[in-house]
Amino acid sequence: MIKVALIGNPNCGKTTLFNALTGATAHVGNWPGVTIEKKEGIYKKGKEQVQIVDLPGIYSLSPYTPEEIVSRNFLIDENPDVIINIIDSTNLERNLYLTTQVLEVDKPVVIALNMIDVLEKQGDTIDIKKLEKILNVPIIAISALKGTGLKELIDKVIEINNDKRDGYTVLTESPLYHLYQKALDIVKSETDMVNPIFHAVKLIEMDEVEKSRNPQLIKEIASLEAKEPLDEFEGDFGGKVADARYQYIAKYFSNIITKKNEEHFTKSDKIDKVLTHRIWGIPIFLVIMFLVFHLTFSENLFFIGAFIKEGTFDIPIIGTDAINSPGVMLQSCMELLTTTIGDLLSGWLKNAPTWISSLIVDGVWEGLSSVLSFIPQILCLFFFICILEDSGYMARVAFIMDRAFRRFGLSGKAFMPLLMCFGCAVPGIMATRTLENEKERRLSVMLAPFFSCGAKLPVWGVFAAILFAGRYGDLVVFSMYLLGIVIAIITAIILKFTVLKGEPAPFIMELPAYHLPRAKSVGIHLWEKLKHYIVRAATIITGAIIVIWFLSTFSFKMQMVEDSGDSILGVIAKGITWLFIPLGFGKGSDGWKFVVAAFTGLIAKEMVPATLGTFAGMDEDLVLGGDGETLRNSALAALIGTISVPAAFAFMAFNLLSVPCMAAVAAAKGEIESRKKFWFTIAFWMITAYVVSFIIYWVGTYWWIGIILLGIIVITITILVLVKKHSQTTMKLSE
Amino acid sequence: MEKTLKEFKPNEIGKVKKVASDGRIRRRIYDMGITPGALITLRKIAPLGDPIEVTVRGYELSLRKSEAECIIMEVVE
Repeated sequence: MIKVALIGNPNCGKTTLFNALTGATAHVGNWPGVTIEKKEGIYKKGKEQVQIVDLPGIYSLSPYTPEEIVSRNFLIDENPDVIINIIDSTNLERNLYLTTQVLEVDKPVVIALNMIDVLEKQGDTIDIKKLEKILNVPIIAISALKGTGLKELIDKVIEINNDKRDGYTVLTESPLYHLYQKALDIVKSETDMVNPIFHAVKLIEMDEVEKSRNPQLIKEIASLEAKEPLDEFEGDFGGKVADARYQYIAKYFSNIITKKNEEHFTKSDKIDKVLTHRIWGIPIFLVIMFLVFHLTFSENLFFIGAFIKEGTFDIPIIGTDAINSPGVMLQSCMELLTTTIGDLLSGWLKNAPTWISSLIVDGVWEGLSSVLSFIPQILCLFFFICILEDSGYMARVAFIMDRAFRRFGLSGKAFMPLLMCFGCAVPGIMATRTLENEKERRLSVMLAPFFSCGAKLPVWGVFAAILFAGRYGDLVVFSMYLLGIVIAIITAIILKFTVLKGEPAPFIMELPAYHLPRAKSVGIHLWEKLKHYIVRAATIITGAIIVIWFLSTFSFKMQMVEDSGDSILGVIAKGITWLFIPLGFGKGSDGWKFVVAAFTGLIAKEMVPATLGTFAGMDEDLVLGGDGETLRNSALAALIGTISVPAAFAFMAFNLLSVPCMAAVAAAKGEIESRKKFWFTIAFWMITAYVVSFIIYWVGTYWWIGIILLGIIVITITILVLVKKHSQTTMKLSE
Repeated sequence: MEKTLKEFKPNEIGKVKKVASDGRIRRRIYDMGITPGALITLRKIAPLGDPIEVTVRGYELSLRKSEAECIIMEVVE
């Protein structure tokens, strides 16, 4: 089987080509850096099978970002048979920069000149024959999106599969030629490395990977470089090589491409003028974000309800005296489906032993439906975010928001992942991969759970309906969202000055041209997310729910219990309830019930109201589906009434800030490489939750504590400022 | 006239003279096509005053003022 590596710039249509070739459904976005892991797929052509590996999009083979390292290691260490270098023909100059590096590898290379249709539409032409002659490798014009030229591309791959090709570097045509010759001689005579040309160039660049792998060679090259005359690069040979590459491209570039008119990207420009306008940019952005959430979560679409008299209509799925948003409508459909199936199941199992029906209905199906119930809104949220991303707007959002985020040790790029956390922390955490800087990535993951996600909404819903007799329901919910944001800001600042100290991440980002979102690409993205969520959720959450069901249904003697206080979970929870007495909700004879609920919340937040409902002896449908009036008169209200209002808020805050759910933990594990840092993150969540809940309970109960606390904070800040000023003046004095 | 890219105004065009940053940021700037001799047009400044958007080598690039400050330019009339 032929092994082919697919390499190219971010946002050049690489993943689209991969999907078109392999029929795979990798996600494509108009956001630089969508592929981080390499993906593999098979292209079948008669008997011939071609294995295609999609590498992360990169600008250069320098080893500064995880993407660059993955791609480079694959090219050098994993020995692909052929390299396909995909180039965005509408952005030829910069794309060829990577090409000059790829060509240094001793492998057959074929260039796929993508988006040739877009270029032609602009009225521009590329002299492919000439470019082929200059680069000395075959070039195939394709349109990955329309599927043209793909057959020719693969035919070419098969044709050149067994060819021997020596690498070529543009340094042979540059003032660095003599240095390159010496470096190549050293590499060839002192080592038996494959790809000597590639290594020789990287040695000249003083590349980090070469520094650690071949320190001896680096020393030799460095002594050669020390003899070179100084110029505007100030001895930075990485820069000199980069310059040589661009010089080379510039030399031939003007002959290859014929532009109809110089300023042809005016359409994208006009859109951009409005969307990133100095005054209107931010309001437009806020309106767009509001619409996304409104269309996903609102039960009063476009506030039509304000014009409808109470009691006018109550149509399931559509809404009560108002129109539901598409997200809520889909959600209601899903609820209808899961409860119907649940009822059917319990009907069938009427005559089965109790533990079997309990296992299937309360354990397995309950778990599955809690997983299913989130799909409509997650999908809806992703649908909009995907459209924004595909159109190129998300990159502008990063552009607009960067300034605001920098204070907290984040860049504008962190905005999208964190925003997604309001929908669900799992995709939010997964999206932190697009952040280049490791510290920024870690910080974003750590802050992710503080943005109240969709699964926490049912928790707030129950408390909003019951606390203050439901009069301030909206404020209760709002206070949780606000608390999360405030805590995220405070902890981000604390972390920035302690654990995650250091240089801010650079913000050098390509702003791709706007284009209309493509149905196919949006569809693929949604399907990918859906698959991912279901797999994670179905395995982790359902498994955990079965375990919890078992622990809360059986006693240590393996007998089914009536009162869950006698269950394994109940006994354990009662044992550690004292830990939560300082938080208020652990107090009293029913305190352990809240502790158990909070613990089940670590698995999945939607289990919190369900668990509390179970303790109150209520059907779950009533807890989650009942209206405010029913809830206030229920046993659950009585249970919540056993703790004080500050304790209830402490309980909510604990649920808001602690480990969000097992699926999010799994996602965080995937994004934080080091074990130690992963456990630090978990501990950080739990400690933050504990400390904030503690403060809320005590300040809420004895308001004068708040005043003392405020005093302490003011004094601390004053001291810190004074110390900083003092050290600055001493520094100035010492200078 | 010589000044840094940070001091550029929208629609001002210049040629890169030198990049006075260091380490990986400098390399990143080079990789993105900002090398001595490259033509840069400042397109716009973000609503909050930072970052900036430039056109370089036929595409749009966004970078912060702190990075633009290190890019020394020769203004092209």
